[in-house]
Amino acid sequence: MTAPDFDVDISLQRGDFVGRFSFKSTRHATAIVGPSGQGKTSLLLAIAGLVTPVAGHIRLGGRTLFDAGAGIDLPARDRNLGLVFQDVRLFPHLTVRANLGYAGRATPAEIAAMAARLGVTPLLGRWPRHLSGGEARRVALGRALLARPAALLLDEPFAHLDAARAADVMTLVAAASATTPVLLVTHNITEAASIVAGIVNV
Amino acid sequence: MTPLSAPEIAAILVSLKVAGVAMIGAMPLAFALAFVLARRQFAGKPLLDALVNLPLVLPPVVTGYLLLLAFGRDGWAGQALGFFGMSVLFRWTGAAIAAGVMALPLMVSPMRLALEAMDRRLEAAATSLGASPRRVFVTISLPLMLPGIIAAAVLGFAKALGEFGATAIFVSAIPGETETLPLAINALLQVPGGEAAALRLAVLALGIALLALVAAQYWQRRAGRHRV
Repeated sequence: MTAPDFDVDISLQRGDFVGRFSFKSTRHATAIVGPSGQGKTSLLLAIAGLVTPVAGHIRLGGRTLFDAGAGIDLPARDRNLGLVFQDVRLFPHLTVRANLGYAGRATPAEIAAMAARLGVTPLLGRWPRHLSGGEARRVALGRALLARPAALLLDEPFAHLDAARAADVMTLVAAASATTPVLLVTHNITEAASIVAGIVNV
Repeated sequence: MTPLSAPEIAAILVSLKVAGVAMIGAMPLAFALAFVLARRQFAGKPLLDALVNLPLVLPPVVTGYLLLLAFGRDGWAGQALGFFGMSVLFRWTGAAIAAGVMALPLMVSPMRLALEAMDRRLEAAATSLGASPRRVFVTISLPLMLPGIIAAAVLGFAKALGEFGATAIFVSAIPGETETLPLAINALLQVPGGEAAALRLAVLALGIALLALVAAQYWQRRAGRHRV
């Protein structure tokens, strides 16, 4: 049996919030489901290396990203994870094209192909402030995918999208999950049920 | 209006040279101070904050006197420079130091505000995309704080251009060397019949200051045009 994609067992403390998360995911897309305020976002940030757990370990494939006992804490920039924040966070001073290519691992042709898949080709020369919420979210997803991540971490990827846009994003995520492990945080599992292979309740 | 006389042109050139060098010289220090004050927490922070802003509230005469003590023959800075056979006393470089010290708090403040207002989550986003701290700084932090840097440059330049008290005490008013526009205006007002010439220089100072401030607004708008 091969190692699970994600093997996570961590304790997080942020201000008054303390929580333990423990799960293994085997393949494809896994949804992390639970009500707001349970630390789902903190869990993603910890896996990405932007928040440091107080204890436990995080492994991806055979790779240890974090292990409190062994003193391992891989810096965020070396974890190679495609994190899409809930609030999108496109770089406001860079065009859509420059945002997509920020990780520096994609050729111009690959950026153009991704833009076509995302349906944002006419927007490549625009500034993020001119995008709608759905467009910005798709660009953020493309930016993460073009970094060739070892896994995708998506925080509420379908929030604030109308049904058609949510379906577009879901198609992209489903396609990505064929080759890349995906963890997606959502408070509403029904919207993600069709594309996830596993569910972790927190 | 008659063309500018040689002494008037000399005063303008000294002013531009002193203010330009003061602003450019103070910029790295002002940036470092802004960064430390905006991003670091340490025990002596309130004291450092107060020290940076001291020239704003201290009588400029006192600042000039303290500079004279430090850079004088027996002062620590004067002895250090003397070791290399240099001195800034009664030199335009001394005027630039005085102007730089007086301009420093006005340069730290807008850069500090820009750093504090910056959305640090954008830096986190860049980091998670694999960018090194250096790349995050150059491609994200620096461009996002550019309006603050421009404001600092222009405010610093304008302040240095208008500096009077500390410069007069520290390096005196030597025409062609340390006599900047304000010092030249002051000198003209001390002599009978000098008022007309003083007014001409005053109008010139007004024009240069106005130009700097308009340029600042323009560049800040340009730098901030992608912002939400």
